[in-house]
Amino acid sequence: MSGFLRVAALVVGKDLTVEVRSFEVLSTTLFFAITVVVIFAFGFVNEGVPVEGVAAAILWIALAFSGTLALGRTFERERQADTLRALMLAPADRPALYAGKLVGILVLMALVEAVLVPLVGLMFQAPIFVAPLWLAALLAAGTLGFAAVGTLFAAMLVRARSRDVLLPVLLYPMTVPVMIAGVRGTAALFQPEADIAMAQFWLALLMFFDAVFVTLALWTFEPLMTD
Amino acid sequence: MFAAAPWIINAAPYEATMGLVYKIYFFHMPSAWMFMVAAIVSGVASARYLFTKNPKADATAVAAAELAVLFGLLALVTGPLWARKAWGVWWVWDARLTSSLMLFLIFVAYMLLRQFGGPGSEKLSAGLALFGMANVPFIYVSVNVWRTLHPKTSVVPTLPVEMGRPLWFCVTAFLLLFLALLSLRSSLERQRGRIDALYLADDEA
Amino acid sequence: MSGDFDAVAVVALGRHYGRRRALADITFTARSGAIVGLLGANGAGKSTLLAILGTLLVPSTGRVVYGEVTAADGGPDLRSRIGMLGHDLFLYPELTARENLTFFGRLYGVADVDRRVVVALERAGLTGRGDDPLSSYSRGMRQRVALERALLHGPRLLLLDEPFTGLDQASTAALVARLRDEQARGVITILATHDLDVVDGLLSEVLFLRAGRRVTGAAADGSLRERYREALHPA
Repeated sequence: MSGFLRVAALVVGKDLTVEVRSFEVLSTTLFFAITVVVIFAFGFVNEGVPVEGVAAAILWIALAFSGTLALGRTFERERQADTLRALMLAPADRPALYAGKLVGILVLMALVEAVLVPLVGLMFQAPIFVAPLWLAALLAAGTLGFAAVGTLFAAMLVRARSRDVLLPVLLYPMTVPVMIAGVRGTAALFQPEADIAMAQFWLALLMFFDAVFVTLALWTFEPLMTD
Repeated sequence: MFAAAPWIINAAPYEATMGLVYKIYFFHMPSAWMFMVAAIVSGVASARYLFTKNPKADATAVAAAELAVLFGLLALVTGPLWARKAWGVWWVWDARLTSSLMLFLIFVAYMLLRQFGGPGSEKLSAGLALFGMANVPFIYVSVNVWRTLHPKTSVVPTLPVEMGRPLWFCVTAFLLLFLALLSLRSSLERQRGRIDALYLADDEA
Repeated sequence: MSGDFDAVAVVALGRHYGRRRALADITFTARSGAIVGLLGANGAGKSTLLAILGTLLVPSTGRVVYGEVTAADGGPDLRSRIGMLGHDLFLYPELTARENLTFFGRLYGVADVDRRVVVALERAGLTGRGDDPLSSYSRGMRQRVALERALLHGPRLLLLDEPFTGLDQASTAALVARLRDEQARGVITILATHDLDVVDGLLSEVLFLRAGRRVTGAAADGSLRERYREALHPA
């Protein structure tokens, strides 16, 4: 077990160090996410008043799009100099490599969310401070579910052709429950009378999804990555 | 093939009982069931392929996935045709329809991956099918709760008794058709593997 | 199981992708202290063979036996005994040489990593520039770091894919010297290369590959270049 955590921590450390050198993935992902939100604003804001109830949807859609971008870019980096192969070559526990990559993506997405949530709150007059802990919990659970599936798919597509377009094609249908739960849960919190019970239900569903899919990903990472 | 015969026979005798369009239901329901069966077969075969690397499992998985797309498409096309007459709308966002649509999309993605993924895509698509299987309960529950919060018209009509027998006949016919197609398509896939091996062996000489 | 071995035996190894054959019926054994050269045109299967030897690819037919175990049974222990220098160097350009070596050292569970990294940087002649990002290095410098990375954990089997590409005279000589050092320590080296003149005299055995198959050269003497020509372009 300590071997697993040690390797995962090593990979996270390496990913964060690489990112800090240039901030390339963070800045492009963040910018893209903001652009998506603004474009949606043009579609959904009628004469200065946002259409009711869109804030939750826009937040999660922007996260899905920018998350896909971040995943693609992160693994593209491992393709340069073939470093993903070097990682597979090492005597390290393979699922630990997956876990390390996953945590790296989660950190990235958390930073994006830190900017995106206030932005959406501002532009769409969404009450983000009414139940901030529940909102944070929903975002955490939803991002974990999305990233768990996304990290696996992005890794397995690294050596495939047409990987740029295949990642969204594979990822979006698979993460529909995450999107539904995330959007409906957040919308429940954004209502004039925040529906905490409903948000709790969606949170529970997300956590269950996370448990199932992280386990499945850890289990299938090695067979999927070895040729 | 014996599967085709019952399928054709059944369509004829039961015309008298209802209006033309309602007969589509005889095609729609069995298609939908076969879609589910194909999806499950593909998912299980994919899991086997991932962990045993047996090429026969992969052949079954891809054959079942193609049939899932076929029967899914049939179900998704015949459904709205029937619904327009029965309920007056082409589509409703209820749990069952939306879940089926999502599952259908997953299998279309499977085919795209196999077609455009390049070498090694057998394993990747197996992973996809496996994840798709695991996802079915989540898709269903999330869509179910999402939709039942809002009042809507009831989706499942009650069946008049005299439709029961021909319906089961159709289901059996479709099942036989599915099994025949599955075995044909899997053996086709296995033959393809054998031809590749022959090419390679010929190369040796 | 310590995972150590003193011979690598390749038995009737084959690898194909659908209808395309990459390797067919390769058989040879490399023992401790051997430096085996894989020679052949581009696309002959050298990189594929190296990948299989490194456990990155699974053979379609045949097997590779490391001492007593195959790749499938060897697991992480076996991988800790293998060092590889790929065509694409396996290094992170955003990190410094020191960071790259330290990361891989820790990943391989090397004891006393920091000191070993200092020694490795010295051997590569890069002590002064150890803290510059790899992207600022020349190809030759990166190659040297890549070699140190492959050797950091003291592997028994060293696999090199075109290690002399882009190296200048001095670096080439240094690499040859390093390979001889490792040879003296009992390391099994298998390298694929086009630089026939450089490796002439260095190699203890040669494997000529054409279209995935092993070709036996008629002449056992003569310069490597002559033997290559005879084996792969018979008159």
